[in-house]
Amino acid sequence: MAIPMDLQVNGQAVHLEVEPETLLVDALRNALQLTGTHVGCDTSQCGACTVHVDGKSVKSCTMLAVQAAGTAITTIEGLGSPGALHPMQAAFRQHHALQCGFCTPGMIMSAVDLLARNPNPSEAEVRAGLEGNICRCTGYHNIVAAVLDCAKVMNSAPSREKAHG
Amino acid sequence: MHTFVYQRATSLADAVAVLKAKPDARPLAGGMTLLPTMKLGLAAPSDLIDLSAIGDLRGIRRNGDRVVIGAMTRHAEVAASAEVRAAIPALASLADGIGDAQVRNRGTLGGSVANSDPAADYPAAVLGLDANVLTDRRTIAADQFFLGMFATALDAGELIRAVEFRVPKRAGYAKFPNPASRYAMVGVLVADYGGSVRVAVTGAGACAFRVPTLEAALGKQFSAAAIEGIEVSASELNTDLHGSAEYRAHLVGVMARRAVAAALG
Repeated sequence: MAIPMDLQVNGQAVHLEVEPETLLVDALRNALQLTGTHVGCDTSQCGACTVHVDGKSVKSCTMLAVQAAGTAITTIEGLGSPGALHPMQAAFRQHHALQCGFCTPGMIMSAVDLLARNPNPSEAEVRAGLEGNICRCTGYHNIVAAVLDCAKVMNSAPSREKAHG
Repeated sequence: MHTFVYQRATSLADAVAVLKAKPDARPLAGGMTLLPTMKLGLAAPSDLIDLSAIGDLRGIRRNGDRVVIGAMTRHAEVAASAEVRAAIPALASLADGIGDAQVRNRGTLGGSVANSDPAADYPAAVLGLDANVLTDRRTIAADQFFLGMFATALDAGELIRAVEFRVPKRAGYAKFPNPASRYAMVGVLVADYGGSVRVAVTGAGACAFRVPTLEAALGKQFSAAAIEGIEVSASELNTDLHGSAEYRAHLVGVMARRAVAAALG
């Protein structure tokens, strides 16, 4: 039986009717057509489905949509736009921190949460902080470089909006 | 995933009543184990009783020689808690090493403890830090709580309210994580209560357990050297594709020494 629920997605109030077993990622991708959030492994290993729930990174394949009732969700679509990239998106582009790009939305959402908690991480802290995200192409080197550079950019521009999702 | 009835409990009593009335209902804490299990078809509860809206189950407070942590407190909250970092830094560091960041943002203390996964981190803390598990109906001492693989002293429908950890003089936790899953191949928590020492191991056996020989040696002299050369029996330890019982027995000694070194920091 469908359950009515209200939540915020990327700053917009949204009303959904979901089955109890609907996963958050499926509600985002199917009901709301926010297909930037990817399903990789569907077993909570790979982190491609990472979104922010009330500002915290969560694997949306391992959360029921109904559990998100009353929360504020940010997906990769809500982080920046093609004309105004989030500093993390800009850093990923500048450092070529991707190859096929499939893991990138989740990787960026995790990286943004990481810097929100630890604005000036060491390389080791970046690697540890991204343990929940798997990339099968890059070997992580450029991803780590992008996150470290983004931290520098965001720290050196305190007046700039520090989007945290 | 099989369908089910979803309910958000508004109080602990409410949740307990539903669980009593419906034998195939299951409580939903962080869902980090239950939801993947349901997706795999290994569990098909009739109802999920979501505990996340019960405010009484959240939060961390110091109470005399105890740190009391609500069952629905997330791992990330324990890791970041100033209270926990001040009183039992080893517990904050253990919580900070569970799974990955996303899991720590959802997974809960109560969910992990109630599940008694043989390779979970928290059981080592509950047992090593001489904790009491407070439920909706009673208090269970850690030494009586873990009964086996995914088996605890909790009755059907009994819910954990909070866990109270006894603040040690010093403590350390060291784990050898499985490189892929980050679950503990072996994790050891060592806590010094001034003359009496507790050593609790996770990942190596059916559930968390203590090692009296290591405790006795560390009680006499709290140093890594004091337990150098003490052999841990492999007879009841796990063998799987990640490692043999003998390998795990060896790791118990190594991790115990690292935990002591961490405690001496």
